[in-house]
Formats: sequence, C-alpha cells, structure tokens
Amino acid sequence: MTRSTLLISLAAGITILALLLAAGCTSSVTSPAQEKKQLTVFAAASLTGAMTDISKTYEAGHPDTKIVLNFDNAATLRTQIEQGAHADLFLSANTKHLTALQGEGLIINNSVKIFAKNKLALLIPKENRANITGLSDLAQPGIRLVVGTQEAPFGDYTRQALGKMANDSAYGLLYQNAVMKNIISEEPTVPSLVAKLRIGEADAGIAFASDVSEGDRALVTTIPIPDRYNVIALYPLGIVQESMVKDQAAAFAQFITSTEGNAILVRYGFAPADR
Amino acid sequence: MTTTMERICMRGNLPLRILVAILVIIAVLFIGIPLAALLLRVPPELMLSSLQDTVVIDALFLSLVTASISTVIVIGFGTPIAYINARCQYPGKKIIDTITDIPVVLPPAVAGLALLMAFGRRGLVGQYLNLAGIDIAFTTIAVIMAQVFVASPFYIRQARTSFAGVNRVYEQAARTLGASPLTTFFSVTVPLAITGILSGAVMTFARALGEFGATIMFAGNLQGKTQTMPLAIYGALQGDINASLALAVILVIISFAVIIVIKILTEKEEAAP
Repeated sequence: MTRSTLLISLAAGITILALLLAAGCTSSVTSPAQEKKQLTVFAAASLTGAMTDISKTYEAGHPDTKIVLNFDNAATLRTQIEQGAHADLFLSANTKHLTALQGEGLIINNSVKIFAKNKLALLIPKENRANITGLSDLAQPGIRLVVGTQEAPFGDYTRQALGKMANDSAYGLLYQNAVMKNIISEEPTVPSLVAKLRIGEADAGIAFASDVSEGDRALVTTIPIPDRYNVIALYPLGIVQESMVKDQAAAFAQFITSTEGNAILVRYGFAPADR
Repeated sequence: MTTTMERICMRGNLPLRILVAILVIIAVLFIGIPLAALLLRVPPELMLSSLQDTVVIDALFLSLVTASISTVIVIGFGTPIAYINARCQYPGKKIIDTITDIPVVLPPAVAGLALLMAFGRRGLVGQYLNLAGIDIAFTTIAVIMAQVFVASPFYIRQARTSFAGVNRVYEQAARTLGASPLTTFFSVTVPLAITGILSGAVMTFARALGEFGATIMFAGNLQGKTQTMPLAIYGALQGDINASLALAVILVIISFAVIIVIKILTEKEEAAP
C-alpha cells in the first residue's frame, strides 16, 4: 500500500519533469517565417469598444497582422509594463501614466502622440428611478452614485470636476460634500461602473462620455457636463521600447490617428485630437 | 506506524531519494521565493510609515472586524448543519451537503454576482427588501455576507468531519447518566471535536480575510466602508505601490499565524491517544 503510493507519486513527479522538458523543447523550435506578426496592445478600459472596432477594421486590411488587445485600468497597465509585461503599444487614458513610463525609458519618445480627447459626462440608467435630470440632483440625500477610484484617470478627473464645482458659487463646497457622501462605490474600471448602472444598483455615475458603448445606449443615458466644470482628458499612445515589432506598432498607431481611425473613435463618443 | 514511516524514509535506492529531494526542493522554492520577495521588498520603516496611512488603517480595521463577525456567524449557523450531517440520516441530506459545499468550488466573482442578483436592490430577494427600505448591496453588511458565503464551507466541512469522528459511546454514556441532548452536545461532543472545530474556524477567518472577488462585486469598493485589505491592495497597486506591499505583508504575516495555530492544534490532537 505505502510502497504503491510512493511509486504513484514518483511517477507523477517524473511525468511533471518530462512535461517540463517537452515544453522546453517545443518552444525552442523555430516558427515559420511567413507567420502572422502579433501586435500586443495595452489600452485603457475606456477604449474597449472603440479599440476593438479599430483593430478589427485594421486586421481586415492587414491580414499579416494579428492584434491582441488587453484592456484594464491605465494605472494597472502601466504597472504591468513596468514589471516587464510584454506589450508593443500602450494607449493611456491620461498623459500621467504614459509620461511616467517615458521617464523610465520604457516608451520610445518620438512615438508618443495624442490620438483622442474625452470629456466627463453624467451617466444615468434609462429608467431613471431616482429622477436625475442634471448635476444638481447628485447632491440629494439617498442618491446612489458610483465614480472611479482616485487612481483611475476617470476617477481622478471626476474629483477635479467636483473641485471646480466646489469653487463655483452655483454649487459650492456643501454640494461637493453632499455628492461625495452619496458615493456607494469607487470602481477601478469604467465597464464595472457602467455595469452597476445597467443592473440598476446605482442611480448615477460619472465617467467619460465615450464610456457608454453602443449596446449600452439603450440602457444608459448620458447627460453632458458643462465645459467650465469638465476636465478634458487627453489620450496619448506610445510604442513600447522593448517591442519586437516596432514597424507594425507604428503602422497601427498611424491608422488609429488616420481619418478612418478617428471616425471610429468619434462614433464611440471621443473627440478627435487636434492635428 | 513508525516502522512503515521509517521504511519509506530510510530505505530506497539513492537515485530515487535524490529525485524525490529535487522535486521537494522545487516545490518549496516555488512557494517560498515569492513570499520572500514580498517580505524583502518592504523594509520595517516602510512598513511603519504605511501603517500610518489612513487607507491601510481603514482597510486593516475593516478586514479584521468583518472577518471576525463572519467567523462568528459561520460558527453559529454552520455548527448545527455540520452536526446533523455528521450524525443524522434524513431525506435531502445529500442536497444540503452539496449546497453547503458549493462555495468552495465556485469562483468568488461568480459568488459576488450571485449575491448581487439575489440581494441587490433589483434582486430576487433584494427588491422586496428595497421596498421595505433596506438596501444591503454596497454596505459593510454586504462585505460580511460575501465573506460568509465564500468562507463557510471551510468550517462546515471541518466541523462535520470532527463530529463524525467523535465516538458515540461517550455521548450515549452522558445521556444514560441523565444529561440532556444539549448538555451532552456542549460538554461531551464539542470538547471531543474541539480541535477540528477550531481549525475550521481559523481557516474560515483566514478565507474571509482574503476575500476579494465576491466583495468587489457585491459590496463595491469604498474606503472605510467596504474596502477590505485585498481590495485596498488591488486599489493601491494603481497608485501607491508601497501601501499595497505593506498590506500584502500584513496578510502574509496573518496567514503564517493561521497556519501555525492550525499546526499547533492538530499536533496536540496527534499527541493525544
């Protein structure tokens, strides 16, 4: 009994070793030259809809390129790149994280450019049970509000916007405090914020105007926030220094800023960057 | 017993023993190196300064309070389930056994979504609670519910096994001597099963402390209210990585303490005849 147990565990161990060796061998086999070039793009979660669309369009015109998209909070993506995650192109939702990576020498300096702009908006579920018609309603007691975390760009901008409103006599400090009190959750990404609205757990949220995807527009309404309180977010992109496919990355970056790419961005609620 | 153990450990040919040793070392290093890396990244002064950060303090306090409450709740509800499932045959026993075990295999994010669909304000139950003016989701209560949901099987399973291991002769003796069923349970069964009960409770506490997926789905993320340690680690990673590391080290230390407590408890049992 005991001896057979020992034998079985030994056999298992040897199998694991054999598998490890086998894995080592297969990965060293050289791949055929005409294979598709894989381009890994790290993009801020607010770009989910637009970038999925843009990369599909691009792939259709460039059968030699396969684009792998990874969406998350821009700060998380930055940490991942700092920790050595493989990415070829980084699309951030604010300049802070891209500039930081540039400072660390992880992004090719002359590849950086602003490709889109975005503004904050008030997001309300279609059925609007809480009867919210504008910014002033956010201060009503009992409103369940969701915003981004302080670290996520859209959460940072929300706080900046509320700060501007606090300094304006039309709203003031009391308004800002009342709104902050109504926050029920600080969401790390925009999709998780929009989900809270869609399932009716929150009465209102503040995120980018572009954050309501086409599919969600039937469920979530956007109310614009006036420019004097709004924060204009600049979306920069940059090619990662370590990239093995810099030419492909540059070509795709070119496409994002082209008229065709811009048109898709606009369709998703972004504003085109100045040229 | 000792002779068979010695036979396995002392005999066998040399190459075999070397191979086993290599496998053991790889396994230990695989777990040990990341833990060491975490501890080495946080010098004591960084740890001390992070402990003054309100995000860290709030998360630590909230986590300890909610995990403690969750453990008490799990013991309260889990003990009867564990006992009847260890001792009684009744229709539907298998079903109850399966349902109480499900959270172990369920991904926590699924657990969180399920809780939200049940107790969110549009949920199966939550819509009626909402009419009564009670909102559970995105409150500290939701944090506790997520922890109880995810961590309860650790206690229930362990307690069930321990109750099943108690020799009924002792219970019958107490009953024939005139003790009521409840007295028998508390003064005979529980003391005999106490090791398993305690280590189950400690495991539940540890699992509750580490809960992330269900909590962020069902309770959201708000400092001081629903942002527990794992959520703060995730949140701080996007900004102040030092706060993240300090919290991570605290969790590692607590995990070590938990394992040591369980080891001491179970060794006591093995030492007992």
